[in-house]
Amino acid sequence: MKKKLQVEAICKGTVIDHIPAGQGAKILRRLQLLDSELRITVGFNLPSEQLGLKDILKVENRLFTTKEANELSLFAPTATINVIEDYEVTRKFPMSTPDVLEGGFDCPNSNCISHNEPVEACFRVRKQDDDIRLKCKYCEKSFSKDIVAGI
Amino acid sequence: MAIPSLYQKDIISIADLSREEMELIVATAEKLKHTPRPDLLQNKVIASCFFEASTRTRLSFETAVLRLGGTLIGFDNGGNTSLAKKGETLADSMQVIGSYSDAVVMRHPQEGAARLASEFTKSPIINGGDGSNQHPTQTLLDLFSIYESQGKLEGLKIAFVGDLKYGRTVHSLAQACARFNCEFYLLAPDALSMPDYLLAELDEQGVKYQCVESMEEVIPLVDIIYMTRVQKERFDETEYKHIASRYILNAEMLTEAKDNLKVLHPLPRVDEINVDVDKTPYAYYFQQAENGVYARMALLALVLTEGSI
Ligand SMILES: [Zn+2]
Repeated sequence: MKKKLQVEAICKGTVIDHIPAGQGAKILRRLQLLDSELRITVGFNLPSEQLGLKDILKVENRLFTTKEANELSLFAPTATINVIEDYEVTRKFPMSTPDVLEGGFDCPNSNCISHNEPVEACFRVRKQDDDIRLKCKYCEKSFSKDIVAGI
Repeated sequence: MAIPSLYQKDIISIADLSREEMELIVATAEKLKHTPRPDLLQNKVIASCFFEASTRTRLSFETAVLRLGGTLIGFDNGGNTSLAKKGETLADSMQVIGSYSDAVVMRHPQEGAARLASEFTKSPIINGGDGSNQHPTQTLLDLFSIYESQGKLEGLKIAFVGDLKYGRTVHSLAQACARFNCEFYLLAPDALSMPDYLLAELDEQGVKYQCVESMEEVIPLVDIIYMTRVQKERFDETEYKHIASRYILNAEMLTEAKDNLKVLHPLPRVDEINVDVDKTPYAYYFQQAENGVYARMALLALVLTEGSI
């Protein structure tokens, strides 16, 4: 018997699944920053065997680069990113935490030189206990990833 | 092992320097202190760009350039320059200034300014302070003063006293000394204790340190006391009066000190070191300030000279 899908299937695109419940909103925000035109189907607090509750995001007609996938994994290390073609999963991104995060995020330090200059903020990524810390290449201040993501 | 060289390197952050590079700088500072080299930087133009006024640091750098025979261009307060008035980016300003000069010394009120400048400038950048972030030449002159007064850097016992939370000089000196297996004693009011992230770094590197309650208990143990100022602004008045007295050093307290003990302070001091300490053999803060010139001479010489000095 085929299980009924909890969120409507997409023909082509990317499904980010197994996001711990509550983290989906962060990833959604990040996706919208990446591209505000994206067509996204959202499922929050769905039952999950592994996680109890999970969030799921389905992004139509958009494939992520490895760099983008790694950035998303910062927010939900347990999530899986599946590439969908013709309703089938054709590829899974291996999730890994990137060493460096470039562009996309602003440095939370308002006195950091990166804000008013022709450069993109750039962070060195370091795991610390349960948290992921991001250290700005310019001001050398270190922040929890949630602060950098503005959540 | 490769001989360390700082030729054409940017000096932005103490974390970028290896132990060997720090030793090279200290050894070069000592050489230049005892053997003047008034023509080492002949025909070199050094830009001194102070986007924020800092009289001590600027005079120390400019003295260093002149003592080595270099020529200076620059400005002492960015607010007065046409750069600030015309709204040019720092990236553009520094690219142009870098193309005029052989090396650039810069101080800027924003964190990360020196790192950014180094990405847009061909000439090496020497960071003279970027906001609350780094001030590597202060750390190098501290290291030189410790070396000079103790004959070594390895395995010393160092007490840090006062504001250990906001004092960036303390943070980077502790990071530097950690590479030389020094042991630390930390004495600060609760509200100004060493930040957790720094203690975590020290733990990671296996550095020995302990928090102590009074100066009296560490004075007989240590080789260096590094004093900093507990700023009045950080407390209300009655609280300050109560607290500050515990972080003031006077000559009488030093009777139990080891012969080799030296007291350092980044200056300016207000009242945290009583003037009666000045006449004791332990006072070293004025030599330390003078050493700022030699440490900066060493950096300029190493960054601008290809061979050995
Ligand atoms: Zn920053």
